[in-house]
Amino acid sequence: MEGQNDYMVDLGNLMAFNPAHHFPSLPSSREDLVKECLQEGVKLVQAIADQLFNLPSTEDVEGPIVRLPPPTTKLPREKHLPKPKPPTKWEVFAQKKGIKKRKKDKVLWDEQTGTWKRSYGYDRVNDDRDVPIIEAKMTDEPGEDPFAKRRTEKKQRVDKQERNRLQNLKQAAKVGALPSHVQLAATALPITGTNSAPKKITKHELGDVAGIASTSTASGGKFDKKLSGEKAPKKQGKHHKYLPVVEGRGISQEKEQTVKVLNKLMSKHSHEILNVDKAVNTYNMKREKKQRNRKPKNEQEKSSSNSSKLKPKKTLDKKSVKKGSSKKGKAK
Amino acid sequence: MLKVRTPKNARAKRELEKRAPKLVETGKKTLILQGTKTSNTLNAVMTELYLLKKGSAIRYTRKNENIRPFESGGETSLEFFSLKTDCSIFIYGSTSKKRPDNLVIGRTYDHHIYDLVEVGVENFKPISSFTYDKKLGPQVGSKPFICFIGEGFENVEELKHLKEVLVDLLRGEVIENLNLSGVDRAYVCTAISSDKVFFTHCALRLKKSGTVVPRMELVEIGPSMDLVIRRHRLPNEGLRKEAMKTSKDHPKKKVKNVGQDVIQGKIGKIYVPDQKLGEMALPNKSKGVKRERREAKTKNNANEPVSKKQKEKILHNSQN
Repeated sequence: MEGQNDYMVDLGNLMAFNPAHHFPSLPSSREDLVKECLQEGVKLVQAIADQLFNLPSTEDVEGPIVRLPPPTTKLPREKHLPKPKPPTKWEVFAQKKGIKKRKKDKVLWDEQTGTWKRSYGYDRVNDDRDVPIIEAKMTDEPGEDPFAKRRTEKKQRVDKQERNRLQNLKQAAKVGALPSHVQLAATALPITGTNSAPKKITKHELGDVAGIASTSTASGGKFDKKLSGEKAPKKQGKHHKYLPVVEGRGISQEKEQTVKVLNKLMSKHSHEILNVDKAVNTYNMKREKKQRNRKPKNEQEKSSSNSSKLKPKKTLDKKSVKKGSSKKGKAK
Repeated sequence: MLKVRTPKNARAKRELEKRAPKLVETGKKTLILQGTKTSNTLNAVMTELYLLKKGSAIRYTRKNENIRPFESGGETSLEFFSLKTDCSIFIYGSTSKKRPDNLVIGRTYDHHIYDLVEVGVENFKPISSFTYDKKLGPQVGSKPFICFIGEGFENVEELKHLKEVLVDLLRGEVIENLNLSGVDRAYVCTAISSDKVFFTHCALRLKKSGTVVPRMELVEIGPSMDLVIRRHRLPNEGLRKEAMKTSKDHPKKKVKNVGQDVIQGKIGKIYVPDQKLGEMALPNKSKGVKRERREAKTKNNANEPVSKKQKEKILHNSQN
């Protein structure tokens, strides 16, 4: 085989390439073409096999097994190279300070129980939960549960560690070196004021909207087909009526209106318009409410200062007695 | 706020780890899909390509409206499919008046389109039209031989590109160990003219030749077709450089319990579990093992009747 040297063989891919071949003239029929191609193909396959079967092989039950060399044709990667994980904040700090990792023993001697216990997890060495008594110190605050305090402190430490972990993951995500099984998903931001769920549209509002929609064609909905059971839009046209500004026919109407009001105020029996009793009552109630809100504790003083109230003459005695009694009852 | 999402079970975690970028990559998967219009020929081509690639290919059979790989904006859903199925080679078939029986073969890098080659299919002959000895039929997923014939693959830019894409498509997984009895198929690609490639799939027949190397024979088993080059798009240079990066050092797996010594050479450590002599079953029951004797012995030790707790204590002491 004189042409064997021309073949480029990539044993890693079991690929061979004959760059020298070209058709002097294309074969006339399809069969001839295929035949010629296969002939050339056989030569190339033989070239691969020559190299392949001469590789050192190991016998196996299934057949001889050879070790293929790595492929020589360069092909692009499928995905980028895995990126190295950035050091965590603690690792950076430890590096700076020269803190080295120490191996911890898995099992340690527990003084409290006198047994060997794991150094972590449930039923661990020096577990806070195993301590039945905590000795009081001078610095202790009275009325504070030391056990509860311990528990909350522990919880805070755990939470802090979780926050740190999240921060480190975020840093890793920035570089694109997040562990493959971890995904960071943004949760919804709790914005104050938007917490309440969107209001359901009432029947009334819906009717209004439907009315607007039905009249928003060029003809104002005049030539639109009505649906079966569709009612005419409720609100249509102007709702406010303004009196004309310019003098004319309408001016008399305005005059009428103002005169009417004035008459009411300045008439002979104008005092009847104002219900004095009612006015005094509302004033008193308001004031009382204000004071109650301001000083809910010292009610006795209040009762004494009742004199500052406005009192309608008729009901003065009755009311004061009643109120005083009820307040005393409350105070007791 | 950020929330950490981790897979809820081990299977999901394994699946994610399979998809993560690796130092040494395993084979690429192929996605075969079509546009809104295809022809019978094209459907057959895609089905048979799927059969050839079975095991490392995914076939989508629905119509896809908005995929136009060569146009900007037309690759969005393709890239999404690539991400979803974790495929980095795609074959997209469509037919139109302007480009009848059109196949777009493309590759992705990081689930973004890397390069594209468009070919037209002519003179397609399906697998069913070939008659051959069924014993020769290659096994699913066997490593193929790939042959390229013709100077066009070196001189013509488009063909050179097509060759690279075809190698990537056909070669399958890169392997270290090959069973020689499993060599049973070959792809032959011949450049007929500067824009036409004859592609065929053959079975290998190994004949005895009297030497170690058998005499090879090719039996055409199909499919076979002519690929006419149409459009193509090369990767841009920066992306190409990025994608061609390889890890220089293979990840060394730590070998446990094996050390080196200057004088003795390789030293292995073997773990021998504790021999629990007390629990060991003896082959013959000698007199000392018999139960009455043991009981008599304990009786002599503790003549007085003792409570259960004390007994336990004594046992403890004797063990210690």
